Amino acid sequence: MENKPFSDVSYNQFLNEDKLMGCRCKSCGTLYLPPRPICIECYSFDMEWVEMKGKGKLVAFTAVSVGPPYMVAEGFNRKNPYCVGVVELEEGVKIDARIEGVDTKDPETIKWGMPLTVKFLHRTEEEKMKTFLAFEA
Amino acid sequence: MKRRRKLGRGVAVVGVGMTPFNMYKDKDSKDLFVEAFKEMLASVDKGADPKDIDALYLGNFTSDFFVHQAHWGPIISDILGLSPIPATRTEGACASSALAFREGVFAIASGFYDIVLVGGVEEMSKRTTEEVAEGLGLALAPYEMQVGFTFPAVFGALATAYFAKYGACREHLMNVTIKSHNNASLNPRAQFKLTIADLMNQKRESAKKKGEPLPTWKDEKDFLRDPRVNPPVAWPMNLYDCCPISDGASCALLVAEDIAKNFTDDPLYVVGLGQGSGKGLHAARDLTYFEATRYAAKEAYGMSGLKPEDIQFAEVHDCFSIAEIIHMEDLGFFKPGGAYRAVEDGLTRLDGQIPINTSGGLKCKGHPVGATGIAQLEELWEQLRGKAGKRQIPNKNLRIGGAHNLGGTGGTCTFTILERR
Repeated sequence: MENKPFSDVSYNQFLNEDKLMGCRCKSCGTLYLPPRPICIECYSFDMEWVEMKGKGKLVAFTAVSVGPPYMVAEGFNRKNPYCVGVVELEEGVKIDARIEGVDTKDPETIKWGMPLTVKFLHRTEEEKMKTFLAFEA
Repeated sequence: MKRRRKLGRGVAVVGVGMTPFNMYKDKDSKDLFVEAFKEMLASVDKGADPKDIDALYLGNFTSDFFVHQAHWGPIISDILGLSPIPATRTEGACASSALAFREGVFAIASGFYDIVLVGGVEEMSKRTTEEVAEGLGLALAPYEMQVGFTFPAVFGALATAYFAKYGACREHLMNVTIKSHNNASLNPRAQFKLTIADLMNQKRESAKKKGEPLPTWKDEKDFLRDPRVNPPVAWPMNLYDCCPISDGASCALLVAEDIAKNFTDDPLYVVGLGQGSGKGLHAARDLTYFEATRYAAKEAYGMSGLKPEDIQFAEVHDCFSIAEIIHMEDLGFFKPGGAYRAVEDGLTRLDGQIPINTSGGLKCKGHPVGATGIAQLEELWEQLRGKAGKRQIPNKNLRIGGAHNLGGTGGTCTFTILERR
């Protein structure tokens, strides 16, 4: 694990293994999710991998009625909206994710700040595994 | 402290032109740009000879995707008869032509060129709504696209963060929509020229003709609450919170300040320029402001020596209703959390303390993304020179206007201040 570059490729490989991985600057301790190759606080290139516990709260969200073609292909539409949002993890970093276990047809019931737990949605695209990051209420 | 930014020499705007923004089935980007160019030439009081133009900077987001043709700089310079002068395309998503404007200003300020054409063009309506969403989505930050965010979704999410922090709600956003439609009803170039009240009447008439039960909306907000006419796109962004799909072009002629009077006795001077870059949603410190807009504003105010209270009116990037609210705070017109109340109190109306988006904004004037930045300057041009007709701001001493343009989810933001002397 230590040898993986701090890149999106590595991040997505970890998602395929049901791991939400960020990185920490060894020099100043700043945490990043997804990982970054350069610490934008102290410009150190010295990073280490950190696994997130996968617990957080909803700090921004929306119920999407008109999605892009790849979401429409999954069966989402005006009658069946999907929820996406920004989750602030217990570790203090934020991440974009799909939100599951909420009533997207009545978005007024989705509450800012509600607690969420990570969930990995595995899909197969052109015979390759692809994982969407989700959080569940 | 950093050195105060300034231009090497002054730059003036001496002509501006644009097409009305709309969905044009039978016109392509070349046709649209020619139309804007023709109008620009006619707007130069003492005339301008295209042969004197030294360079072209052209903003275009993604014709590569929308019409499967890239490399628009030389295509436009050729159709205008300007080739072989240098033609450079700038890309900053929905702020592409604001970047073309900046590059044009810098090219003249450096002393290299004297007369520069800047413009923008986008042709979006030949694609389906889903395809346009996908095309615009190319400007999302990487992790946003991956989980299913669209542009309306990003702004919907920002709205929920803003609501949670400041206690605003959808009703407050409706005030922005109603104002945009009111202003656009006075703008002959707007894509949507009907007020919300006009739309209500139109739908009532249509129901009457068809013998259907008459809608019972009490007022404009009641209409906007009705999901049958204003369905959610990405809650809380409903249809009337979102700008339309548009085609269009815009351009402006920039010249060195010392030769401006050869073109007009009434040029506008570039006094403030700012541009900032931002991070994706997940990396933003706070989801209720745009760091890039704040940076752009700071640069433009710093260069001009002006303060937010000196800006008499502004075009503000209102791709979505919540965007207008957040950006007015980032530009310093109102304190954080204060803009939604200011709109409610009418401070941003045509006759308010600081009129915002007198053109009708992106919401109603239209938003062919690459053309928007310079089209915003067209509104400053008309207002500052007293040519805005029925939507002329009732301030006899109108001198300073601002234009704020955003690209991506705040990845590129600009703020430009023009002055009439």
